[in-house]
Parts: sequence; structure tokens; C-alpha cells
Amino acid sequence: MENDYIIEMLNITKEFPGIKANDNITLQLKRGEIHALLGENGAGKSTLMSILFGLYQPTSGVIKKDGKEVQINTPNDANDLNIGMVHQHFKLVECFSVLDNIILGVEPTKGIFLEKKGARQKVMELSDKYGLMVDPDALVSDITVGMQQRTEILKMLYRDNEVLIFDEPTAVLTPQEIEELMKIMKNLAKEGKSILFITHKLNEIMEVADRCTILRKGKYVGTVDVKNTTKEELSKMMVGRNVNFSVDKKPATPGETVLKVEHMVVPSKAHANNAVKDISFNVRKGEIVCIAGIDGNGQSEFVQGLTGLEKMSSGKITFNGKDITNATIREKSKLGMSHIPEDRHKHGLVLDYSLEQNMVLQRYYEPQFQNAGFIKTKEVRKYAEKLIEQYDVRSGQGPITIARSMSGGNQQKAIIAREIDKNPELLVAVQPTRGLDVGAIEYIHSQLVAQRDSGKAVLLVSLELDEVMDVSDRILVMYEGELVGQLDPKKITVEELGLYMAGAKRDEVPAEV
Amino acid sequence: MSEKKKDVLLSIGASLLCIVIGLFVGLIILFCINSENAIDGFIRIVKGGFYLAPKGIGSEISQAAPLIMTGLSVAFAFKTGLFNIGAAGQYTVGVFGALFFGIILHMPWYVCLLAAMVFGAIWGAVPGFFKAYFNVNEVITSIMFNWIGLYLVNELMYNTIKGMYDQKTTRTYKLSAVSPQSVIPDLGMNSIFKTSSTTIAIFIAIAIAIIMYIILNMTTFGYELKACGFNKDAAKYAGINEKRNIVLSMTISGALAGIGAGLYYLSGAAEWNPQVATALPAIGFNGIPVALLALSNPIGVVFAAIFVAHISVGGSYLPTKYYQPEIADFIVAVIIYLCAFVMLFKGIVMNLLRKKTKKSEHAGKEVK
Repeated sequence: MENDYIIEMLNITKEFPGIKANDNITLQLKRGEIHALLGENGAGKSTLMSILFGLYQPTSGVIKKDGKEVQINTPNDANDLNIGMVHQHFKLVECFSVLDNIILGVEPTKGIFLEKKGARQKVMELSDKYGLMVDPDALVSDITVGMQQRTEILKMLYRDNEVLIFDEPTAVLTPQEIEELMKIMKNLAKEGKSILFITHKLNEIMEVADRCTILRKGKYVGTVDVKNTTKEELSKMMVGRNVNFSVDKKPATPGETVLKVEHMVVPSKAHANNAVKDISFNVRKGEIVCIAGIDGNGQSEFVQGLTGLEKMSSGKITFNGKDITNATIREKSKLGMSHIPEDRHKHGLVLDYSLEQNMVLQRYYEPQFQNAGFIKTKEVRKYAEKLIEQYDVRSGQGPITIARSMSGGNQQKAIIAREIDKNPELLVAVQPTRGLDVGAIEYIHSQLVAQRDSGKAVLLVSLELDEVMDVSDRILVMYEGELVGQLDPKKITVEELGLYMAGAKRDEVPAEV
Repeated sequence: MSEKKKDVLLSIGASLLCIVIGLFVGLIILFCINSENAIDGFIRIVKGGFYLAPKGIGSEISQAAPLIMTGLSVAFAFKTGLFNIGAAGQYTVGVFGALFFGIILHMPWYVCLLAAMVFGAIWGAVPGFFKAYFNVNEVITSIMFNWIGLYLVNELMYNTIKGMYDQKTTRTYKLSAVSPQSVIPDLGMNSIFKTSSTTIAIFIAIAIAIIMYIILNMTTFGYELKACGFNKDAAKYAGINEKRNIVLSMTISGALAGIGAGLYYLSGAAEWNPQVATALPAIGFNGIPVALLALSNPIGVVFAAIFVAHISVGGSYLPTKYYQPEIADFIVAVIIYLCAFVMLFKGIVMNLLRKKTKKSEHAGKEVK
């Protein structure tokens, strides 16, 4: 019985200052299985995997490999035990070729010279065997995210790793790439590799995993056989309560126009063409308008043009009847435009600032928080504490926690708290639920609907089809920088929406409704 | 203990550790050159100004003041994400501002000091402007501006403006002789320390350090500047005019270096030699290690600058019979060089502490 398990992590506890990230967690991985590790943001999944990979040392607990107790002090130890990991953010050298990245650290040599021929052969064999299509000579900076991920997988296989850890591998992939990855994972398991799969996406677990271990707030909840369970049951174990998958909302009662965009053109940074080509539409009070589309069809550039992060080359923006085409970001913010940015690390937060400093990032200059240029520290603290409690933002040390040390979900919650608490006339939310777990997604969706119900306008930009269909009152589909369809989510099917998104179908979009 | 307090203590510990190692390396070098007198020489360096008190202490004080300012200049820029390697040039231009308003215009000392500040500020603003609006790396422009500044100042003092250069001494005219009102008051400190250039400059420098600390940590302006330094994109997203802030930051940085020049030359510590001065003033460059040693904390800069001045003065007391005068500079350089590793030491100290707490935790368990 003992030999069934290739890896056992028994009674693992890991404490960080102010927080118990793992509290007596046991995880047993069988040989040749795909074992999912499920939990909300901040539940301790990544910490547990970092312990297994030698990045952290457990405060207490035992790790066993093939039934024998082992000490994993560094990633090199993990590698010696044939444990490999694909990190959420890839660890590749951008200006190296795929092959060079794969052999990096274990370069085969002949004398003092690199001997790549054998390595190339081995890589090609591996990629054939597991269906991992890569071009060994392409530069990493030139290939797609999916291909970069396959390079990471090949890196592990090249090192003959038996235990493969995937840290939220699907977060960065398109739906097609996800499907591809699922196939690869199944293949790997069939060939005898054991896979640990960190995720909070239930669909993926149901599709590929054999067993699933659930963590909640750093504690072990249980391990279940996936075929004997349901999505609802898993999510209940993860969140600790029943989760409503569909969004409850009353029909919208749109009022007067808040935002009017006319003939907007935004140049692209990546190529000579315009990223946004002459789009016109409006958003009214009390409705959620969603801009849907496949990633890279100009949505990001549109939002940057709208909010003022980038200059648009022509067009006109009217906000509550006022021309704000040339207004600065600060002016737009003061007029009542809030922006939940796409990239929370790049734009949303100053990661080296504390949580309370980030909470006032858009408002520090208001008289409430400053007097004659001096920041009212007490007021900032009070305000941050209020938001933390109201929006349930969890962190190690409360308002003085450095934003960098917070989990992704709580960072996002902090941004959402900050932007919604400004009580904006228009809330621009760009992929507000990306990388979040079902509990947090449910919460954020209910906040967006609450904004709408209080008579505010919401402009949602999303890549998630479920979100587009569930949350919005009106869908605008963006394809190659143009609006190609205005749809009613109650009247169309996901398949139809997909046709618009892929550019197979298009209608005239009215500039105003 | 709160995390913040712990971090402060850790930083101080790391700086002290790097000083100790630097001194130790210095001792080894002294031994290699001349083992008999090494201990004596080492004592002189460690004692610094106190070896020849009170005169030494006086000159230590007068050297520390400008170092605090150039240290603040570099530290302030660091805090806002910029590397001001041009403090030396801003300092040089500041020297011209101070001496021109003193020797030629016979202005009172505080006007001369303001002039030094304005001249330094302009010299800092230009690289800032290029960085903000044309995305030219501030390191490159400020290095070029160092040399442009140096030769421009030499040319102005030597040729263009008559009456600044004294043929007899081959230096600029002595300020105390031609314009006594331009000399910073000493409040009797010169007679206490038996020196000629120990003035209230040190108090001005410390006061400015405190002001800088307040600006960076308690004002919306400091909040904006640091936000720009940590994350330019997030600052832009928050509606902060990051371009304006880059220019302002470099301007203030230059102004601080300019004040440093004013404090040194208006104290009568030295005269400028435009014919020989083909190297940039060391005080300008030493601002970089001072800022590093202080981990860019304005209050830390005061202590770091005093320390560097202490060691420099001590080094000048090395017996020249056994040690070339350059050896003193060399040892000081070693210590300053090690300052660059202060972050590394911080990491080491942190690991040591972690291991220690782990051990004590284990010990605690055994007792239970």
C-alpha cells in the first residue's frame, strides 16, 4: 500500500509572520495520477507546492518520496528527486532558443564545447512521444504563451522528472490552448508521470483530474475521487458554503447616457495598423455593457485610450455631457470615472507600497486625506481599515501589509474596493475576475450588479464567455479593432456569440441606443 | 517588534557589518604594505578626527556637511527611481554659483548658498527633462553633464569672468579676504576646534536631511515621487504626472548637490583651481556610496556621511613615511566600495537571524 504513493506530504505546517499559510496539511500523490490541488486565492496551494519544490522550508511536517523521508532544501534537491515544476510565470530566458532553454543548467558538453546534437534528438523524441509541438530553434520571445508552456514541460521531461507540478497552468492560456494542455497532461499521466495540478477552475478538474485535494484558509478540507463528486460539491468544499454559479439580477432599467464614444481610433504599439478602428457606442446609467472578444482584438488599447493611459489619434469622448476627449487621467477620475485595470501588478497597485497606501492611490490628494500637502496618516489608516473590513480583503498584517506579499485575489479585491468606494458614475472593469476563484468571482459579479442597480454605469471588458453572458445587459463584440455586433445576452447563445468573436458574423452596430 | 522596526534595525546592522568588514580589509592592506606600523596606522584611521582633536574633529565636521548634501542628492533620486550619477557635476556648477555671487557680486552668504542651489538645480533639471520627455537614460546625460559642467566652470572662472582667478595662488580668490560677508558664520566653532572652516554648514545640512525625510515620508508630494519610483505605470494610472515628477525629482536632487558645494566653498574650506581641476570633485561621487550605505534613508545619510568624513580625515593622518598618502584614499575606497554590498549584507544578516530564531524555536520545543 505504502508504495502506491510517489510523494507524501504529511502534516505540513508553514507559518509566515502574522499568518499560518499551511496548517497541518496532508497530501498524497499516487504514481501515474493527475492530482488536483484546489483552493481559493490565499488558501495555501502555492505555499504547499513551494515547500515540495524546495523554495520554502516547512515549519513542521514530513515529506516522503517513495515511502522514504526526504529533506528538500533547494529546488536542486527537488530536481535530484525528479520533481519538476511549471511556474505560473514561466522561468525562461527570452533571448535563448527553445532548445537552449531546455538544456540550460544540464548542458551536454564535449570537452569545453556544447554538444547539442544529442540533446536536440532527445528533445524531438520527447516532444513526439507526448505530443508537445515546439520548434527547438525558435526564440522564446517569438513564440506563443502556449508554446512557452510546452517548453517548460519539455524542460521537466528532459530532466527525467517523474513528479510534475503545474501551478495554475491555464490562467494564461486561450481556450484552445487549454484544451491542448489537458490532452498533454492526460498523455503524461498515461506514460507513468505523476502530476500535481494547482487550480481553482472546477471545469478543468472535472475534465482531467483523478483525485482532488481541497484546501481552505490554509487548512486541509479533504481529498475526493473526482469521478464520485460534482462541481457543486467541490466548490462547497473549497469555499465552505454553497456557491451560486449564475448571477442573480433584476432586468436592467437603463437611464440617460453617461459615456458616449464617437469614432475612436487608437494606434497600436505592436504594429503599424490602428488597434482600435473607428468605434462608436454609448453606455447608459443603470446598465452593464460588456465588450467581448478574443484577447488581442483591441480591447486593451480601447480601454487605455478611454481612460487616458494612451493617446487616441482621433475621435471624441463625452462623459455626462462633457467633452473629455483631451482630459487628463486625474480629471477623468475626478469627474467620476473609475478604472479596474487589466494588469493589477503593472497599473493597479504600487506593489512596494503598503495596502493602506494603495487604498488611497486615486484619492490621496483629496482634503479627506491631506492637509496642506501633508498626508493624514490616521485618516488613511481609518479609511483602509474600513475598506478592508467592508470588502473582506485578507492580508498578513492588515493595512500595513506590503501589497506585494498579498495573494492575487486579495490584491484584486483591494483594487475593486478602492475603485467602487469612489462611488463612480462609470466603472470601467477590465477582466476583473481574471485568475480568481469562484467565491471571489461571485462576489465581484455581485458588486458590479450592485453598482448598476444603484443607477451607475458599468463598462465591463471580459474574455470569459460565462462572465459575458451572465453579468452583462448588453454585449458589444470587438473583432480586429472594430465593433462587429451588439447582442442581447438573453436572446443569443454562446455559440452565436463565438461566431461574432471569431469574425465569422457581423452586423452594423448603432452608435447610440 | 513590528516589521518596520525590525527592518530598520536590520538595515542599520547591515551597514555596520559592511563597515566592520571594510575596516578589516583595510587593516590587512596596511599589514601587507608595512606590518610594523599597521596597527598604529589602523588606529589613526579608526580614530579619524579624534586622533588630532580638536582640529581633526573640526575638519571632519566641515567635510561631513557637503557629503551629507551630495548623499541626499543621490538618495533622493534613488527613492524616486532615478540614478543621479551627476551629483559631481551639479556640485561643480554649484561651486561656480556660490563663488560668483561671493567673489564678484559680494553677496551675503545665504544669497550665495541660494545661488549654488539654483545653479545645481538647473544642472540636475536638464537630464531630468531629457529623461521625462525624450526617454534618454539619466545616467548617460548626467555623466556627460558632469564633464560639460566641469570644463564650463573652469573656462568661466579662468578666462571669461575676470576677477575670480588669482594668478598668485593659481586658485580663485580667498573668499574671506575679498568678501567676508559671503562666508558662512561659524558661531565661534572655528576657535573651539582651532580650524578655519568649521561653520554652521553642518547644522544646515542636518536640517535639510530632516526636511527631506519629512517630504518623502509625510507629504503627498513624497507619496507621488515614491509611487513614480516604485511603479511608473501605476503612478500614471493614478493620475500622477510622472513626467513632471521626474523633472522635479532631478531638479531637487541637483539643488541638494548644489547646496553641498555652497556649504563647502562658502565655509572657506578650499578654493577652486580651474587650471588643475581636470577631475570631478570626489565629494560629488562620494554621495553615491553615502546614499548606498544609508540605504537611501535621509536620516541614515547624515550618519553615513559623518562616517565617511571620519575615515577620510583619519586616513590623512597615516604616517607618510611608511604609507603613501594615496594608501589612505585606497582604504577609504575599499570601505566605500564595500558599501555597495550593503544590500547583500542585509540579506546575510536576515538569514543569520532567521536561523537563530529557528534554533531558539527548536530549543523552546525541547524544553516543552
